Amino acid sequence: MSHYELDARRLLCPMPVIRTQEKAAKLKPGDTLAVICTDPGAIHDIPAWCRVNGHEIISIREQQDELRINVLICDG
Amino acid sequence: MTKTRKAAALISGGLDSLLAAKVILDQGIHVEGLNFFTGFCVEGHTHAIRKKDKAKPKRNNALWVAEQLGVKLHIIDIIEEYKDIVINPKHGYGANLNPCLDCKIFMVRKAKEWIEKNGFDFIITGEVLGQRPKSQRKDTMAIIAKESGANELLLRPLCAKNLPPSKAELEGWVEREKLYGFEGRTRKPQMALAAELGFDDYAQPAGGCCFLTDKQYSQKLADLWKASGSRRYELDDIMLLKVGRHLRPRPHFKLIIGREDGENRFLHGYRKQYTHLFTVSHKGPLVLIDGDTAAEDLDLAAQITARFSQGRNADRVEVEIQLLDGSSQTLSVRPIAAEAMPGDWYL
Repeated sequence: MSHYELDARRLLCPMPVIRTQEKAAKLKPGDTLAVICTDPGAIHDIPAWCRVNGHEIISIREQQDELRINVLICDG
Repeated sequence: MTKTRKAAALISGGLDSLLAAKVILDQGIHVEGLNFFTGFCVEGHTHAIRKKDKAKPKRNNALWVAEQLGVKLHIIDIIEEYKDIVINPKHGYGANLNPCLDCKIFMVRKAKEWIEKNGFDFIITGEVLGQRPKSQRKDTMAIIAKESGANELLLRPLCAKNLPPSKAELEGWVEREKLYGFEGRTRKPQMALAAELGFDDYAQPAGGCCFLTDKQYSQKLADLWKASGSRRYELDDIMLLKVGRHLRPRPHFKLIIGREDGENRFLHGYRKQYTHLFTVSHKGPLVLIDGDTAAEDLDLAAQITARFSQGRNADRVEVEIQLLDGSSQTLSVRPIAAEAMPGDWYL
């Protein structure tokens, strides 16, 4: 189990989701992925993407104009 | 034990694709959604930029549809490949720069590639015969099936009864009798079916999901091509066309003027790629210059920037200009008069 980070700053919806999806496809169940983004739409879209594809949100943190969304990769 | 058949559903986020997928799910087919991102999709990002739109839901409609259906959704980036569709559509454009027929052929072709790679059996779309003037006629729907290479693998559940049976029907994977024969531009049958299936909250009716169908957006894209001397674009170009006021006071440059704080913040992200201006003596917009500018052009750009600031009625407004080489200068200018800005400057 490893931890990864994805810089999705400045990308607009749905690009943060697409980049998350591409990265997640290369990871194993149990890995965690922190997605750092600036599009406020990601606060809805990445959790929705996790729900439909069987992954889990561990936490969402907002710091200034950035979001840090921690995803647990599951065997979706 | 019979094998569970699998279908890939093109999910735009609108009502028709939601219904088409639901109808097939209800026949015991395993369905997964495909959503293609062209760069021109009207989605949450435009809401996310503008502060005044903060109250609007920012959901991604395709993801929302997938959640309602309980299916997986694969969002596929086709930005690069899609350029050729926009620039050289074999079947031409619709009323604006919308290459709807070529677009549909392309997306169904990509879906066919996807089902081959992932071991799925057929493709479904929410197309309805006669719903769209160009891409959803009986003749053009046959062209889509043929030119995409999907042929009989393509099933349109909402109007299947008006079309020759697809493989899924011929093989008995789905019951043709439980499919529909919707036809024409009316939305009433879809709304009635939505109510019957228990959907009372859904996104916009079909259409309106692509900026290329928008007249003003298409004019800005045409202007971009004309000014650059070539029909090319990058993702940043087409994103910027969605944001701000675009004015072309001279053939060799245009200004992109933020209309409110959200747009100013978004444009701020491009400050290293463009010469940009902002007012320092009054509150005002961030303005990007797209093109090559001489000293007199910068003076004009500063006057226009001042015009769109809170100093529009002041005698002088201080405007800072930051150039691409990192240097900056401050000009004191008189805001340009409204009557000195011809209407054809506005794109």
